Amino acid sequence: MSKTLILMEGIEKRFPGVLALDQASFELRAGEVHALVGENGAGKSTLMKIIGGIYSKNSGHLYVDGQDVVVENPRMAQDLGISIIHQELNLMPHLTIAQNIFIGREPREKISFMVDDKKTNKEAKALFKMLNLNLDPNTKVADLTVAKQQMVEIAKALSFNAKVLIMDEPTAALTDSEIEDLFSIIRQLRDSGVGIIHISHRLEELKLIADRVTVMRDGKTIDTLTIEEASKDKIIGLMVGRTIYEAEPELPENPSDEVVLEVRNLNRGKELKDISFELRKGEIVGFAGLMGAGRTEVARAIFGADSFDSGEIYIKGQKVQIKTPQDAVSRGIGYLSEDRKRYGLTLGMDVTENTVMASMKEFLNNYIWLNFKKSKDKTNEMIETLKIKTPKITQKVKFLSGGNQQKVVIGKWLTADTDILIFDEPTRGIDVGAKSEIYKLLNDLVERGKSIIMISSELPEVLRMSHRVVVMCEGRITGILSAKEMTQEKIMELATMRGDTAQ
Amino acid sequence: MKNNALSAKDFFRSDAMQRFMAFGALIVLIIGFSLASPYFRTFDNFIGILLATSVNGVLALGVTFVIITAGIDLSVGTVMTFAAVMTGVFITNMGLPIPVGIIGGVAAGSMAGFSNGIMISRMKIPPFIATLGMLYITKGLSLVISGMKPIYFNDTPMFREMAMGSLLGKIIPGFEVPNAVLILFGAALLAHIILTRTVLGRYTFALGSNEEATRLSGVNVNVWKTAVYTLAGFFSGVGGVLIAARLNSAQPALGAGYELDAIAAVVIGGTSLSGGEGTISGTIIGAFIISTLTNGLRILSVPQEWQIVITGGIVIAAVYLDILRRRR
Repeated sequence: MSKTLILMEGIEKRFPGVLALDQASFELRAGEVHALVGENGAGKSTLMKIIGGIYSKNSGHLYVDGQDVVVENPRMAQDLGISIIHQELNLMPHLTIAQNIFIGREPREKISFMVDDKKTNKEAKALFKMLNLNLDPNTKVADLTVAKQQMVEIAKALSFNAKVLIMDEPTAALTDSEIEDLFSIIRQLRDSGVGIIHISHRLEELKLIADRVTVMRDGKTIDTLTIEEASKDKIIGLMVGRTIYEAEPELPENPSDEVVLEVRNLNRGKELKDISFELRKGEIVGFAGLMGAGRTEVARAIFGADSFDSGEIYIKGQKVQIKTPQDAVSRGIGYLSEDRKRYGLTLGMDVTENTVMASMKEFLNNYIWLNFKKSKDKTNEMIETLKIKTPKITQKVKFLSGGNQQKVVIGKWLTADTDILIFDEPTRGIDVGAKSEIYKLLNDLVERGKSIIMISSELPEVLRMSHRVVVMCEGRITGILSAKEMTQEKIMELATMRGDTAQ
Repeated sequence: MKNNALSAKDFFRSDAMQRFMAFGALIVLIIGFSLASPYFRTFDNFIGILLATSVNGVLALGVTFVIITAGIDLSVGTVMTFAAVMTGVFITNMGLPIPVGIIGGVAAGSMAGFSNGIMISRMKIPPFIATLGMLYITKGLSLVISGMKPIYFNDTPMFREMAMGSLLGKIIPGFEVPNAVLILFGAALLAHIILTRTVLGRYTFALGSNEEATRLSGVNVNVWKTAVYTLAGFFSGVGGVLIAARLNSAQPALGAGYELDAIAAVVIGGTSLSGGEGTISGTIIGAFIISTLTNGLRILSVPQEWQIVITGGIVIAAVYLDILRRRR
């Protein structure tokens, strides 16, 4: 057996109000790709951030090369030969690619405080050649697509010649061929003795690349399996800790033909090109695509949160001008952001206050005075219809679970009596149990005649929940599929139909 | 580029454009005033403009670094005064040699900047608050130390000569450019090299572009942030020595308001308050726009109070143009 590079035992990490890691353990050997899986919030990223010196642990031991160490900061992790590709892009957009890659360890000129940009570029070029990447070191990172930025992150992490490489969902924004390139680099590294930790949500990937799989749940390490033992069903079972009844699509059939929203030739700079689609009454239209494909931008443009250069929006056949979110709300459009905590809720306020937030006018006496009775009644009604689990209606929403927070946002838009709801990643950060409740809620909504645009990066969700799916790539719509036509493969193909590869 | 319209649009949005616009505005101002008044287009008046820019220009150099990190420094004006007073204390009150006094003055400015840096990076006090506090502290200290009276350099005429004499005039007879102007350009060149060629400059951009990413890259952001504010203090110190030499005295009540002129110069020069972008050349152009405007309007007999109103309008217009340029 090859030697153990990293050993973690009894790791505990507390955040205010949460036990993020509870007696977690993990082992990484030289020359293996060790996949780390678990639901959102299971503690994978937290565990890795402890190795990377970004968080400090409350208790437990971390051994690197057999030495009991406390990694105090990212620099120390680098010095220990640990390199991390973070889930969020961590680049400096105003700097060039080469400057980003060598930040913190710039090649210097003879006078040691002068940076040598020529040498930086040269070394970056050599690195790209080795990694088979087609990038110009002198381009500003801000000018790159998300996928290219991701490749820069990967190149940066690989440039450390690390003994331990941690990848936190590196493939989220990559096409299949880019993923294959990445994997072949990873295999090379593995064969040269590097230990690699691969965090992924794409369970299909694991067979291609991983040697062992560790499953986490609720901050605990549940089990470590060899890849041969790790069937997809078994992993999912361990991840959720219970057998999930995967319900068949239970979409209400046959939406009406009445078009409630039509978007024609929407353009906005480089982000949106010629976007046209329609949404019918009682229909769920899924929006699929890779990270950065422009789906959220479409939603924000329709909602009036961003302006657009040209294009027309029709609601129930009438051309409308939507310049601000206020216009959108008054036309009956509600937007549920992917980042609930930043854009969806006022976290420090209670359930009632959040519920009436988008329709304050309805809850006032004489235009000035808050009508507490009316807000309370409405909130109680919403808590009942949406089955929001909250101890009291004056509970601050920051103390609710992700699923219940999402329901409060839905309640807010139902209270505002919106007919068109745009859900941006409705189940992000929500655990599996609550997910099916959200799905059921979406179905209820369309049965009541609401229309829904659902942006989602989870293909199973798109396949299960959409009457039709709009697929985007690099700001364009590359295809619109009906329920009968849509398959995972077909969607992925359209989602990766880049301008430069399409010809 | 196949599409010319597109490339023109791209050019309008490019970073070079902001500097080009600022430079263009400066040229237009100079030509406009020159046509309007024969007094404006004299050699002596141009020298006057250069001299008037020297102190504000030097202060603005340090502020450029701070603003590129997405920070702010409100204390540069009073730190300048503090440095001037300390120079007076060293040279006049204590009778130290002029070079020692100058080094002491610049060091006093640097110390104030260093304190700003510690408050901001270690104590996590927002830059606005930390430097506002430093504004009051240095303003008060200047008054306390000087006993609220100006300190004159009458016994050391060489001190004034250092800024107001003309090295160039000795080399090229008739070309009497005061040394203060040379010092401004020298300091600008130094700042430009630091910003574009050194590690400090690189991290200045990196901090403003994405501080968290910089930290995660293993850069000790606290140290570099402190260095940036110390550098701003250093340039304030240089400004303090310059103004003391120019006035042949350290005026303890002077200095408030200078920070705003410096910030205005930086902003007109195209440095983004949201961080990550900026140039020294832009800042220098910005400083010249302000002093040219002041000088030209004065020659045209526009009352001083209106000059201030117009400067405000220019700052807002410059930033609004920048916003238009960035809008996609």
